[in-house]
Amino acid sequence: MTTTQVRPQTTRPLPSTLGNGLARGAAELKMFFRSKEAVIFTFSFPAFVLLLLGSIFDTGETMPGGASMSQVFAASMIAYGILNTAFTSVGVGIAADREDGTLKRLRGTPITASSYFIGKIILVAVATAAEVALLLAVGVLVFDLRLPTDPAKWLTLAWILLLAVIACTLVGIAASGLAKSGKNAATVLNLPVIALQFTSGVFVAISSLPEAMVKVAAFFPVRWMGQGFRSVFLPDSMAVGEVAGSWELPVVALVLGAWCAVGLLLCLLTFRWTERRAG
Amino acid sequence: MNAIEVRGLRKSYGGNTAVAGVDLAVGEGEVFALLGPNGAGKTTTTEILEGYRDRDGGEVRVLGVDPAAADRRWRAEIGIVLQTANDAADLTVRETVRQFFGYYPDPRGVEEVLALCGLTEKANARISSLSGGQRRRVDVALGIIGRPRLLFLDEPTTGFDPEVRRQFWDLVRSLAAEGTTILLTTHYLDEAEALADRLAVIAAGRIVAEGTPRTVGGRDRAPATVSWVDAGGPHELRTTDPVRTVVELSARGPVHELQVRRPSLEDIYLDLIGARA
Repeated sequence: MTTTQVRPQTTRPLPSTLGNGLARGAAELKMFFRSKEAVIFTFSFPAFVLLLLGSIFDTGETMPGGASMSQVFAASMIAYGILNTAFTSVGVGIAADREDGTLKRLRGTPITASSYFIGKIILVAVATAAEVALLLAVGVLVFDLRLPTDPAKWLTLAWILLLAVIACTLVGIAASGLAKSGKNAATVLNLPVIALQFTSGVFVAISSLPEAMVKVAAFFPVRWMGQGFRSVFLPDSMAVGEVAGSWELPVVALVLGAWCAVGLLLCLLTFRWTERRAG
Repeated sequence: MNAIEVRGLRKSYGGNTAVAGVDLAVGEGEVFALLGPNGAGKTTTTEILEGYRDRDGGEVRVLGVDPAAADRRWRAEIGIVLQTANDAADLTVRETVRQFFGYYPDPRGVEEVLALCGLTEKANARISSLSGGQRRRVDVALGIIGRPRLLFLDEPTTGFDPEVRRQFWDLVRSLAAEGTTILLTTHYLDEAEALADRLAVIAAGRIVAEGTPRTVGGRDRAPATVSWVDAGGPHELRTTDPVRTVVELSARGPVHELQVRRPSLEDIYLDLIGARA
């Protein structure tokens, strides 16, 4: 037996979850903005779709209620932006972290799962703020969308953004486990994103959708996100174009709040540190 | 107290038994090598010890704690050098090491670790730009930044050139000299021989031999091979008493190219895992 002195266990305090979480957030942001393809192709995609759809339907006519079709797209498309930066990029990002060994490596250190998620939340918050700003810039500059002057509208925007981001992020974390590998995660997660946007009145005005489709989509958050953003950026006269003929903000709050709870539950039930593997 | 204490460890996946009753004891401060072919149960065993996997049966204590029920304090005391990780490609070496520095209560200095792992010159390089061997050194840096009492090294020198490999061996020896317990899994038998105080060979989910590199598998008692050339041509003799053979040869007259070969660790290993007839 060797006679080396064995070092005793350290009694120093463990680093705080919040401190580690902030460090993770800084690292997540650096990694995100350094991967040029992600920034150019993924991040700008909703703005690109808005430019295309908005231009195609920019006929100069106004809809009942006074706004143009392009302005309706510009407002609704913010829901797509949040799906993109919260749901899809979190789901794909975590699937990739599971595949490339990020999560396995972290699991072997004293860092907490909460720190890891704080890092993701910081990434989502910054990316979403940038995404919404980009979409609003396109809406205002190209399609003459008018930013609200009423502080109450901005307050509405704030709580809808907050609830939507939390709900989409949590469901995205849970959905990261659906894909068997990081490589096909984007493909798997894009299906519900595209489907919900067609059925929820983001890519197509909700007044022109079949009734059954509207009823099913009402169970999912995207429909209510779009409706909420339209209430902020379109004149109140446009509420006639909605399913109920009004903005239904209490229902928006209720459905998005419920999805936050569902998302949290799904996360707790399904989150895994490593890939499922047989041998 | 032993750093690692394993009794009757079992694990199967579906119907396939990966670990079929492994017993291990690694003392504090020891460098212990676990050898075995792919699929022998090496990785499963170490992953259970590291807290990554559940076990089906058996007793496991790592630093006195069951890894299946380990907390942050325990994770702060161990270091893991993973076999396959490809993360943080867009961060620089220093950014990554500094981040992990923040996860531990009593870490080594960032610059100290970069220097120990020979990464000072590459500190500002993106991880995606590193060669395989350099990438591996980052893995090692992240494994030792927390000043672990127990370090798991899984195939640590894969992709190293010979010079860097020697440097890495020196690093392992200096960690061991500080009292770090090290569990090394490796394919390189010279590496096990150079570093390990003791080693075990695992095959088909069981420990088939255990000992020091000099004694494992009866290496110290195994027959040696004496070879020489004389007037009658080259000769070779396997004997348990090579000294006697040499004495007899020297009495008999002129012999050339006299050689006495003890079985190498590789010979013993290949016999143990049944890779030789």
